[in-house]
Amino acid sequence: MSTETLEKPIEKKPAEPLFSNRRKKFINDPLSSDNPITIQVLGICSALAVTTQMRPTLIMAISVTLVIVFSNLLISSIRNLVPSRVRIIVQLAIVATFVTLVSELLKAYQYDMYKQLSVFVGLIITNCIVMGRLEAFAMGNKPWDSMLDGLGSGLGYSWIILAVAFFRELFGSGKIFGWPVFEAIGLSGFPTNGLMVTPVGAFFILGIIIWIQRTKSGYSEH
Amino acid sequence: MQQSNTYIIVFSAILTIVCGGLLALANQGLKPMQEKSVELDTKAKILGAVVDLKGTKGNAIIDLYGESIEAITVNLEGEIVEKDEKGNAIIAEKVDVAKNYKLAPEQRLLPVFKYHKAGDKNAVEAYVFPVYGKGLWGPIWGFIALETDLNTIKGASYDHKSETPGLGARITAPDVIERYQGKKLYGPDGELISVNMLKGENNPANMLNDHKIDGLSGATLTARGMNAMIESYFGYYSAYITKIKSNTSSTMAIAQ
Repeated sequence: MSTETLEKPIEKKPAEPLFSNRRKKFINDPLSSDNPITIQVLGICSALAVTTQMRPTLIMAISVTLVIVFSNLLISSIRNLVPSRVRIIVQLAIVATFVTLVSELLKAYQYDMYKQLSVFVGLIITNCIVMGRLEAFAMGNKPWDSMLDGLGSGLGYSWIILAVAFFRELFGSGKIFGWPVFEAIGLSGFPTNGLMVTPVGAFFILGIIIWIQRTKSGYSEH
Repeated sequence: MQQSNTYIIVFSAILTIVCGGLLALANQGLKPMQEKSVELDTKAKILGAVVDLKGTKGNAIIDLYGESIEAITVNLEGEIVEKDEKGNAIIAEKVDVAKNYKLAPEQRLLPVFKYHKAGDKNAVEAYVFPVYGKGLWGPIWGFIALETDLNTIKGASYDHKSETPGLGARITAPDVIERYQGKKLYGPDGELISVNMLKGENNPANMLNDHKIDGLSGATLTARGMNAMIESYFGYYSAYITKIKSNTSSTMAIAQ
């Protein structure tokens, strides 16, 4: 801890702008080129489980983003105090605290969604994206950078699960946010696809999204 | 950098106290809202079996419930129970059907919700009965509303813990609930026949009658759970139902 004061440069550098190019990358990268779901293939479990409809997916996306941002912030602010031998447990305890808070808030203000999401809110604790960002980024970076990094990862996760939910609800139930799309455009007999309602449907859509993205970016595993 | 064991223990202790304290605070602070949410949910479910609640929200549901529902609790013999073993007053809405499900039928408390015109307790329009049973993966439950003949199903609302989305979970869908409407639980001589879902879906119309409705394709086991749930619970309520039936027919005879 005392070493940090020694490392400080003597002359004062101008403060880095709040959204410098380096910091913008924290948000932009996870949205596409370093997306937690499509590139890192993390957080697949909840991406399959909650994406049958848009509304619960949106609530889930907001919850995960809030948990990542705030646990990143907190862990990063106490990173020099956390004993390295128990750091994973400390991260887990903090993530669990935030997840329980989110769950309690949902129970109070969004009871319908609380019932529908039920166990998956609790399982945010085990979402690899959250722990992954804490261990890989927040433990070694300053609070503001960590917050932006968490926000980037959260949004990267959010847009993918919302995209999956969009297609699953559209083709599985013929609705978007519970609003009957096909009836509205005069195709009331449009057949819904039962496959989309099951987790298998999510695999297909996720696979297609990854396919398109990797074709465009030329990314390959090896 | 290696910290001493004392540091690690003190750090963990402080972390636990801070996190625990925060959660305890949140739990206490949010409790009134959570209880209201649960109450609203139960009342909406009970009312949902009788009236279309589309567009009604929040306090309007609680007000409507207060005006139009009279709740009582009965036992297996059909007698009204007002106090539990310890002498505390029983509130029908607070009776946990899931907990009672684990007791022997003779010991169970069975709530009945009477739906009447706003303010007029004598003009009962429907009786709502809670039901509870086993689906394929977990518990299923619901509220079934009967017409004043205590035989014809006026409406229902079902819910489940973990039935498969798109298959068993369809018991909550309006098109499935509609199949129960207008069906009859009792035969001409008052014997319980119940309403059963058939195996498979799109059964020919000649297979369906007052006691048989179209089933759920791909969810035969959930449908069986529904059948067992309805049959057992109306078995328990039979004594009460017979009592009310004989009461109403005698008062009608006097009126004539």
